[in-house]
Amino acid sequence: MGPLTSRLLALESRRGWSVFMGLLVVAAGLVPVLHLATPPDSVFHVPAYMVSLLGKYLCYALLALSLDLVWGYAGALSLGHGAFFALGGYCMGMHLMRQIGTRGVYGNASLPDFMVFLNWKELPWYWWGFDNPVWTLLMVVAVPGLLAFVMGWFAFRSRINGVYFSIITQAMTFALMLAFFRNEMGFGGNNGLTDFKDVLGFPMQATGTRVGLYVASALLLAAGYLAARFIVSSKLGRVLMAIRDAESRVRFLGYDVTAAKLFVFTVSAVLAGLAGALYVPQVGIINPSEFSAANSIEVAIWVAVGGRGTLVGSILGAFTVNGAKSYFTGAAPEIWLFFLGGLFILVTLFMPKGLMGLAGQLKARIKKGGVPVAQNRNA
Amino acid sequence: MPDDNSVSLAEPSYGVAGDPHPAHGSILYLDGVSVAFDGFKAINNLSLVLAPGELRTIIGPNGAGKTTMMDIVTGKTKPDKGDVLFDGGVDLTKLDETRIANLGIGRKFQKPTVFEHLTVFENLELALKCDRRTMRTLFFMLSREQARRIDEVVALIRLGDRLGSPAGALSHGQKQWLEIGMLLMQEPKLVLLDEPVAGMTDAETERTADLILEINQDRSVVVVEHDMEFVRRLGAKVTVLHEGSVLAEGSLETVQADQRVIEVYLGR
Repeated sequence: MGPLTSRLLALESRRGWSVFMGLLVVAAGLVPVLHLATPPDSVFHVPAYMVSLLGKYLCYALLALSLDLVWGYAGALSLGHGAFFALGGYCMGMHLMRQIGTRGVYGNASLPDFMVFLNWKELPWYWWGFDNPVWTLLMVVAVPGLLAFVMGWFAFRSRINGVYFSIITQAMTFALMLAFFRNEMGFGGNNGLTDFKDVLGFPMQATGTRVGLYVASALLLAAGYLAARFIVSSKLGRVLMAIRDAESRVRFLGYDVTAAKLFVFTVSAVLAGLAGALYVPQVGIINPSEFSAANSIEVAIWVAVGGRGTLVGSILGAFTVNGAKSYFTGAAPEIWLFFLGGLFILVTLFMPKGLMGLAGQLKARIKKGGVPVAQNRNA
Repeated sequence: MPDDNSVSLAEPSYGVAGDPHPAHGSILYLDGVSVAFDGFKAINNLSLVLAPGELRTIIGPNGAGKTTMMDIVTGKTKPDKGDVLFDGGVDLTKLDETRIANLGIGRKFQKPTVFEHLTVFENLELALKCDRRTMRTLFFMLSREQARRIDEVVALIRLGDRLGSPAGALSHGQKQWLEIGMLLMQEPKLVLLDEPVAGMTDAETERTADLILEINQDRSVVVVEHDMEFVRRLGAKVTVLHEGSVLAEGSLETVQADQRVIEVYLGR
């Protein structure tokens, strides 16, 4: 057994791997089976809308995981991660638009409907290649990755940290939103990209396609989790945590802080972009509101609620907050924002380690007077 | 990225052709160094030469420029003018902190800055001398040789039973030792210690002095300190800084007898 293999196996404890495999089987296997193989009136039946909803949550969870990698470990709170998610989504949206072909309202094989509407005569150069799924996948990775690399290069090299980094990333997503709203940009303006017909030849609305996208999301989240776990459990992961705690000290140790942060920020943006790419076919639309500042801030709330610097916490947080959101926006839409705001205040004040730290906090409370000395190294 | 640590030698700026540069044979050479912050001259025409293997203590009242001098040597602050040469000719003013650290200059800060959320072992592992490039760090695996090196240092700093504790849980003195241990892991040629015994008990101070003498056996050490008892115990050559330049230099007895030094410390 090679040393790398043994390190991969050591990513999780024996129990950790059992839990991981168990969750993966439930998420990627059991849900589709319960949807497909049980009669609609059975108590075990998972309805179609639930499969789509869970698929959406899985994409959100990957987005939260990607933010936890930079925020929870390297200490750089990006408030623009929604932008990488949206860019991945737009790349996928462009591919799905090209797949419509002559089935659009105008029946134009070489131009998407909105371009015909704008009286454009030919496809802009940046749309070239998007009818090819391989090129699309390449762009889903490259566009968010490149933007993060360039932004990170300037920000980290100039030692822009803390709240200034958050503001700059927030400004980035806001600027992109304004840009994508413009019709002349060639991304459908206000309406964005929608009316998709099929993905990789499978009709969008078919049960099999929905289940397929759902399973792909679960597998991608699992792969993303393992990749993130590999990074944070490596020595580089400890360098990142050290940067979070005392950045200049890491420089004096001789590590290239800029390169380490740039690496993790870029990887994180790629993960966010992949999440966005799987999100779009499941919701059927991508428009500039995905770039809104509030979206990116919400991702930070998911991570904070779950417990940052834990990876698992970010996934838990994404499911918890979005589950609550789905419930409240259905049951009492007017109180949802108050609930979200209240939740954030509550977590900040009383649960600094989020849901993941709750067990430890309770244990310390029961021990009464016992001070929890660094029981969670990722405080 | 510090892929390449080759650094051009400084051009000898004076002297007859063929004469060795005055920095030749020194581990650290500062000549005519000045730096001002908003008009305030923190360092003023400072010159200092350290021989390889030497132990030097630097004393001086607050604001004498002791910490600024260390900032200049480690690349945190760029001097307005003057030469700062390492190992006989490497121009430190042109390099950043990372490069300088990889060159073999280790620094311990005034305030102990260990990584509180990492364990003692992980702190030492991060400081371990090895390839620091990002991808190498991602795929790094500790070799048996390196593990033995950590064991050695841990024994030296007497933290053998605390390897798995988070550094944040250590006492103040233990944190200082851990930081010295981290310096040793880097196997530097030159060690800079900024007030290593500040806030230590007498027993800890004594132990630290022994530790520094041990370190000095195979590398050059510069210690900035206020504690005269500690300075006496180190028994090394003393440089007195005042208003950014050297006021006196010599054994502790010599400088303590110096009128100007007495004035600066006791007068006014």
